[in-house]
Amino acid sequence: METIGLMINGSPVAARARRLDMLLSEFSYEGDWLATAVNGELVRREERAVCALKEGDRIEILSPMQGG
Amino acid sequence: MFAVYGTKLPSRLILGTARYPSPDILAQAVRASGAAAVTVSLRRENVSDAPGRSSGDRFWSMIKALDVPVLPNTAGCHSVKEAVTTAHMAREIFDTSWIKLEVIGNHDTLQPDVFALVEAARILCADGFHVFPYTTDDLVVADRLLDAGCEVLMPWCAPIGSAKGPTDPDALRSLRGHFPDVPLIVDAGIGRPSHAACVMELGYDAVLLNTAVARADDPVYMARAFSGAVKAGRTAWHAGVLEPRDTAVPSTPVIGMAAFS
Repeated sequence: METIGLMINGSPVAARARRLDMLLSEFSYEGDWLATAVNGELVRREERAVCALKEGDRIEILSPMQGG
Repeated sequence: MFAVYGTKLPSRLILGTARYPSPDILAQAVRASGAAAVTVSLRRENVSDAPGRSSGDRFWSMIKALDVPVLPNTAGCHSVKEAVTTAHMAREIFDTSWIKLEVIGNHDTLQPDVFALVEAARILCADGFHVFPYTTDDLVVADRLLDAGCEVLMPWCAPIGSAKGPTDPDALRSLRGHFPDVPLIVDAGIGRPSHAACVMELGYDAVLLNTAVARADDPVYMARAFSGAVKAGRTAWHAGVLEPRDTAVPSTPVIGMAAFS
């Protein structure tokens, strides 16, 4: 299967996935403590399975961290 | 009891969770402080972390075990768009409508961009968020934030992490005077327990601090010290603090003094 070029957390990747839920599995991002955004817009957990990805999309995957 | 957005809080201290020597000391400090809530943030998840073992997962599990409400922040955001998206992602993860809204306008001073702050606050309040805006002590900005839908204000008393304490008490006093019924939480700049007591004596409702505890030689003891200072300041405010005056006033009554001359 051909890959598409994406940016995950600012780093370029070649991905086979064409949907966000598949992308998370492909790169071993798992867990309900993650939040995702595509091109600056939140994609909720329940929306990941219908979130189609295309060449050049910018994906942000965030998790909890310490904060002040 | 102190309440924000309809939630009663058991204390008047909100504690940050960053920069502690270890997760265990953080947990001990939170317990020692009796914090009503703790602030948390978001970061990019590292793809190299093994599934189920990420630092984000470990941190979040530890915070949940403390059983203290969390106040997610938008730290590091420099635009309305960044702050709004981060707030939405925080709501997704932490399952709370609370958001400590930070929109930084200057890299050196970490001063809030108050124009972007008001715009972001308006967007988030309209979207059902309960916004805790990190702002300056400017009265007009405070008014705009209330217009935007904020029900609490969090003015700084000095730049973040500076530990200078209240550099302009008159401005804080003025803010308190203009908004007697709005919950006011001093956020940023507190370096020592006496600073916290000082702003509480001015009638502030609570303080939010992080570095002063986290970077103390003994964070757990310092957390306890801040807890006591906040309570002392609040009690003093209720008791009515004596205002300073320019002339001396004898504390011992002079009526009935013997005359020896």
